[in-house]
Amino acid sequence: MISVKNLFKSFNGFQAVNDLSFEIKPGDVVGFLGPNGAGKSTTMKMLTGFLLPTSGDIHINNLSLGQSALEIKKKIGYLPEGAPAYGDMTPFQFLDFIAKVRGYKGAEKAARIEQVVEQVELQEVLDKPIDNLSKGFKRRVGLAQALIHDPEILILDEPTDGLDPNQKHQVRELIKNLSKDKIVIISTHILEEVTAVCNRVMIIAKGKLLFDDTPNALNRRSKYYGAVTLHFSYRADTSELGELEGVAEMEEYLETGRVTLFPKPGAEILHLVTAHAQRCKLPVDSLFVEQGRLDQVFREITQEIVQGGNE
Amino acid sequence: MSNISILFRREFSSFFATPVAYVFIGIFLVLSSVFTFFVGGFYERGQADLLPFFNFHPWLYLFLVPAIAMRSWSEERKSGTIELLMTLPISTWQAMLAKHLAAWAVLGLSLILTFPLWLTVNYLGNPDNGIIVAAYFGSWLMAGAFLSIGMCMSAMTKNQVIAFILSIVVCFIFVVSGSNIVLDAFKSWAPSVVIDVVASFSFLTHFEAMAKGVIALNDLMYFLLVTICWLFAGLVVIEQKKAD
Repeated sequence: MISVKNLFKSFNGFQAVNDLSFEIKPGDVVGFLGPNGAGKSTTMKMLTGFLLPTSGDIHINNLSLGQSALEIKKKIGYLPEGAPAYGDMTPFQFLDFIAKVRGYKGAEKAARIEQVVEQVELQEVLDKPIDNLSKGFKRRVGLAQALIHDPEILILDEPTDGLDPNQKHQVRELIKNLSKDKIVIISTHILEEVTAVCNRVMIIAKGKLLFDDTPNALNRRSKYYGAVTLHFSYRADTSELGELEGVAEMEEYLETGRVTLFPKPGAEILHLVTAHAQRCKLPVDSLFVEQGRLDQVFREITQEIVQGGNE
Repeated sequence: MSNISILFRREFSSFFATPVAYVFIGIFLVLSSVFTFFVGGFYERGQADLLPFFNFHPWLYLFLVPAIAMRSWSEERKSGTIELLMTLPISTWQAMLAKHLAAWAVLGLSLILTFPLWLTVNYLGNPDNGIIVAAYFGSWLMAGAFLSIGMCMSAMTKNQVIAFILSIVVCFIFVVSGSNIVLDAFKSWAPSVVIDVVASFSFLTHFEAMAKGVIALNDLMYFLLVTICWLFAGLVVIEQKKAD
């Protein structure tokens, strides 16, 4: 369990993390979201013990990070931003080194290396210097390094940055398949990633925690959550749609032939819309219920504080 | 202890994974021979000892040791691997010590590879081999002191060139404080205590006896203390500035 209380960090007068408090329990897969420079990486660096907080407490498994740093570092697997690694080594040498530092010897060490190599699919590049590897492989070497001791706590700073869509999918599957009693913290810019792998979202901006709930709750904050969008094959009279019971607002996009209907809070409008479309024989060729638009919620939440700060 | 040996092996092999160690050893061997034979007048002296070889070591180390020390922390900073290293379950002092020992081992290897000189002098005459061994040991000890200065400078910056120049400057101060040029400047006005203090800070003064094969306790302690102090300073710098 990670428990953070009143965490502050400033660099030469710049407040990077501003009074952050939260708790993360085993089984939580937390997505750290926030604009660039929001303090995500700084917070992660403090959780791993790389940076010391200006003030505030970090307790991990009831141990204070200030006093038992070494003990805690054994339990954490960390992928720093940019996945740094010793470029003159090959992935095998590098993983062997990390495994040794993590206290593995002999057959156990070989087995651990083999397992992570398989998990992130590094077999074909094991004996090439890391410097010569592509960005995707470098990132996977970093992941392998973080996973090698099967840590209780996994902290990944932008794990899918620079990966192609297949590799992204692979990494997300990997995170999903980790055992369910681990703590995983991921920072990312990619909003879909949060709904894909996380069961908890934390939005940070200007060093402050602005949102802390499930991805579904984040979706629900969207104006588009539960809205129904229809597409017409040719222009039709849509005016009555806006009058339907439970519809709060209608947006019509003439150039794309789409109509979006926003429900009143708590109202279900899908069946009303389909019934109406059938009755009036509207030329609907597609219709779907919106899940909420994360980018718009994200903008709303983070811009509030950015603008508030500038006043 | 085992952490240090794991880190040591990684550092040591990284010198050989890149051309750094080969270039360093090659240049060290060439330059030390040039100094011994052409500048030191090895043959002309007609004496069966390696004094002309050892006498130039402080000046050789002045440029070569910062070159091998400059990458130790600067590169970790530049590539971001310092974040990886510092979040592994090891202490900073273990990393510092392992880095120092690894580079020191490369320096030791370079010294050992000068053995043809030793063979030459044994072929030409009957030198006191005890003195030569003692002088080798003294030279290696002094190299460790140079190295610790380089490590500390390397810990300060992510730019290797800056680390290199800074360590040359600091090493230069430590070397020349015992030379006649500096001491003469003090002699005209300063009391002898001051001159002694300035001279006692010099690598040259302490190495002089060692090059002749005399390992005095105070010289030994001097180099060990200098090494420990600079490594400790480097440790403080790393702890303070590791995120910059």
